Amino acid sequence: MKKLIVSPSPHIHGSDSTKRLMRDVLIALIPAFAISVIVYGTSVVKVTAVAVISCLLFEYLIQRFLLGGKSTLGDYSACVTGVLLAFNLPSSIPVWLVILGSLVAIGVGKMSFGGLGRNPFNPALVGRVFLLISFPVQMTSFPIPEGVDSLTGATGMDASSGATPLAFVKEALKSGKSVSELMPDLSMADMLLGYKAGSLGEIAALALLMGFAYLLVRKVITWHIPVSVLGSMALFSGILWAVNPEQYMNPLFHLLSGGAMLGAIYMATDYVTSPMTQRGMVIYGIGIGVITILIRVFGSYPEGISFAILIMNAVVPLINKYVKPRRFGLAK
Amino acid sequence: MLKSFRIGGVHPPGNKLSKGAGIVTMPVPETVVIPLSQHIGAPATAVVAKGDTVKVGQLIGKSAGFVSSNIHSSVSGTVTSIDPVVDGSGLRKPAITIRVEGDEWVDTIDRSDTLVRECTLTPSEIIARIADAGIVGMGGATFPTQVKLSVPQGKKAEFLILNGVECEPYLTADHRVLLEHGREVAVGADILCRALGVDKAYIGIEANKQDAIDYMEKVCADHPHLEVVPLKVKYPQGGEKQLIDAVLRRQVPSGALPIDVGAVVQNVGTALAVYEAVQKNKPLIERVVTVTGKSLDKPSNLKVRIGTSIRTLIDYCGGLPEDTGKVIGGGPMMGRAMANLDGPVTKGTSGVLLMRENQSLRPEAQVCIKCAKCVSVCPMGLEPYMLSKLGKHRMFAEMEPRHVTDCIECGSCAYTCPAALPLLDYIRLGKAEVMKMIRARKG
Amino acid sequence: MNEVLIFTIVTLCALGVLAAVILYFVAQKFKVYEDPRIDTVEGMLPGANCGGCGFPGCRGMADALVKQDDISNLYCPVGGQETMKSIASYLGKAAPEKEPQVAVVRCGGSCEKRPRTNTYNGAASCATIASLYGGETGCTFGCLGQGDCVSVCNFGAIRMNPATGLPEVDPDQCTACGACVKACPKGIIELRRKGVKNRGIYVSCVNKEKGGIARKSCTAACIGCGKCVKTCPFGAITLENNLAYIDSNKCRMCRKCVVECPTGAIIEVNFPPRPAKKDEGSNSPATPTDRTTQATPSTPAVKEEGATHQTTQA
Repeated sequence: MKKLIVSPSPHIHGSDSTKRLMRDVLIALIPAFAISVIVYGTSVVKVTAVAVISCLLFEYLIQRFLLGGKSTLGDYSACVTGVLLAFNLPSSIPVWLVILGSLVAIGVGKMSFGGLGRNPFNPALVGRVFLLISFPVQMTSFPIPEGVDSLTGATGMDASSGATPLAFVKEALKSGKSVSELMPDLSMADMLLGYKAGSLGEIAALALLMGFAYLLVRKVITWHIPVSVLGSMALFSGILWAVNPEQYMNPLFHLLSGGAMLGAIYMATDYVTSPMTQRGMVIYGIGIGVITILIRVFGSYPEGISFAILIMNAVVPLINKYVKPRRFGLAK
Repeated sequence: MLKSFRIGGVHPPGNKLSKGAGIVTMPVPETVVIPLSQHIGAPATAVVAKGDTVKVGQLIGKSAGFVSSNIHSSVSGTVTSIDPVVDGSGLRKPAITIRVEGDEWVDTIDRSDTLVRECTLTPSEIIARIADAGIVGMGGATFPTQVKLSVPQGKKAEFLILNGVECEPYLTADHRVLLEHGREVAVGADILCRALGVDKAYIGIEANKQDAIDYMEKVCADHPHLEVVPLKVKYPQGGEKQLIDAVLRRQVPSGALPIDVGAVVQNVGTALAVYEAVQKNKPLIERVVTVTGKSLDKPSNLKVRIGTSIRTLIDYCGGLPEDTGKVIGGGPMMGRAMANLDGPVTKGTSGVLLMRENQSLRPEAQVCIKCAKCVSVCPMGLEPYMLSKLGKHRMFAEMEPRHVTDCIECGSCAYTCPAALPLLDYIRLGKAEVMKMIRARKG
Repeated sequence: MNEVLIFTIVTLCALGVLAAVILYFVAQKFKVYEDPRIDTVEGMLPGANCGGCGFPGCRGMADALVKQDDISNLYCPVGGQETMKSIASYLGKAAPEKEPQVAVVRCGGSCEKRPRTNTYNGAASCATIASLYGGETGCTFGCLGQGDCVSVCNFGAIRMNPATGLPEVDPDQCTACGACVKACPKGIIELRRKGVKNRGIYVSCVNKEKGGIARKSCTAACIGCGKCVKTCPFGAITLENNLAYIDSNKCRMCRKCVVECPTGAIIEVNFPPRPAKKDEGSNSPATPTDRTTQATPSTPAVKEEGATHQTTQA
């Protein structure tokens, strides 16, 4: 007789695997990618391809020559990092900067901590913030999508690059204009559909929401983080708006502009760097939302969600330590 | 909206292959091996010697302590050995081996099919009969039933809950018992209520057994105390604490027993055995076992004499398929894989599941990506990823304040883990070590 | 401008002074007196924090050494006699005496001697297997082969041999801290008296089954025949539950039992190969000799000295 296999229970395993989860994230990003290609053209494909390939290459090289151990290329996690990094870059960015960003994202953000599962900060955001601080000009000049040239006139930047709605509003408010003067220049519908200047993945709020729905259906993520990030952003900016609607933008503008959707749905929900309990996720999400609005409204950068997520990433171990799941037996 | 427990849970595919197969009584085997420890607690003491002849239903092992159980011969014949015998785990356990000769039953057992509803015994008489008959929890936990029915001083049972959930994939024994012996189960419930002094009993059945729900609702028309509670399909609903939460909305606190929230839970198979013991004077000598698996010719539900070897069962169902990789005693979530097929059917064997070789090996473990799925599915609200890591690094002292002793070992965490980590293996190890530590502390 | 500067400096100084005062009082309030000798003794200990002394770490041991008047029950297996002596003289106490010990793996059930009867597929932990079932072989007493002992060893003294599937102890690295003894769920590993030049003779089996059953599952099992007990001139061997045991304190390393054992369950390690004498060859089968060579590696110097030792003994 053949030898029987003996193992401790359970003897069956669910259909989830790291690979499947990562693949689903990639699938969920397809609509946003498609919109980006429509708006910005083929340069989007180039930036994304370079980011993905260099992320994979750096992960392979670091694993092979520095870390040792089994290769984790097969689980698509480096792919996801690459795509998310690319989504956070302007489509006009030089290729060498994309490669540098990937090196920082994978090398510093992920592998220096021991690879997948051990990094405290979101690798793609580490790469992005590194580029943003080191190369602010390249990182904040965005090509103008067709049909949104109204913004350039207002900010007076050179013709080949435009400002994001957030930067435009920030500049205008600083120069003493009131919100009602700006509103005619901003189309919420365009912002929802993606006709605005911005990083290549963040522009199409609607497409990102479609991806969110897919991730929810596939049970890749739960609603807690995105909803609490966006909810607290809306609430906080809503309070400010209610106090002085001429000084502060309305909540809808904040939700649709900048990287709010991309950050809340795809960056903040990164498994490794988000809390383990649902209550913790809500706390984490609220923290991100509040810090984002603080930076946007009172800080010197027009957009703050990347910083907000990284700051909250640093708080996650603390949240995990103090926020425990609701144990059975405590409810009445 | 159907009821269910409130924390965690997973949805493994049901795979109830044998749900349409009626219970078939297996022929009496040539020999039986009856272990003296088929229950939680002290092993029974053998009261027969090598060479003795025994009848079906005769006491052969006597309960040895408060938490222990009587063992009866399931066949008639000659005792050939009372030496330890290798069981399915490969370990040598004390057992009585009997060579079958004929099928002669003890006279006092009523073997007729007529339903006897009337029961005028006092609670203590009922409990004594149940203890005599050697009845244990037949869902798999095998806790001696008479102990569970003896409500400690100062506590009061309010409800009896019959467990007809059968949340384990593949298994259908309880389902068939409900369909074919529903009336006896209901009488058994009445007797249990009488023993406990409660006047309300619920029978929890998951919604994937609609025919059983319908039938039992019909039966309950004659039993005013008994009420069917259809439950949403979710694993591990058959866990005692989860079932109480689902049916009564009461959560048993950590370290407490169901009786502390006024509930007593009994498996439907146990209720049937109680009926037979009290009304028919028949000790626990046979049980319904699901023999199933995708590779098996005819997945069946068999009524089997205790002590029949697993091999005999599989042979009866068409033989062991070539590509078998694993044979599991019980269901796929909590059952035990067997190292050999020579082990016997015991009081707690609810099923025998064959798995193909390509389904048997675990997926290769990867690194934890902290996806938090284990935390969200844990029905006890624990943090499996953390407990497992502590267990792996043998940091057992750290596991106690994280409530590892609450773990019910349901396997939901390991089932769901995308990295296929052996989460439960290390948690179970830690739980055992922590239990040892607690016992040592108590002295 | 000047005002701002002065104001800043004054404020900072004031803050500094205030913080210093607070810190001083807090430090006074929460001061814990510790015997300074504890630090010194901790420095003298090896610092492995292996727990071999029974304390969680070297600090705990140092604390006990300083505080207890009688330290005869304390012993650091890692530092050994030397360390204990120097600590005792530093503290002015009597040093505990203990013979050097070494961990010994008492299972000879290698892959070919003890065939696998099933395949284990689960967490790589002996403790997990032990709580689940009897193990991958017919022998439910023997080594489970997942290396719990290897992973707890802080000194790299124990290693899995992939050829046999059994752990092997390097006696030169082993400090007899006992971590592996505690970790082994089957109780196979034993601390035994360390012989001259790491020599040792022991029963490499813990199977308590009756001879026939034990033999069926493993050809190297002790079958409890008792030949060794009769052979031993020093009464060092006892037989209990079908299992022979050699008391390492009584054993004089005469090696007579090794030759006598019919299954080769008694093992001699680090002895020089037996000279192929005619009378000895006729008395015993060749089995024990090849067991000697497969045992732990010994330096050539040891072998030479051992050879002279052998001649004097003969």
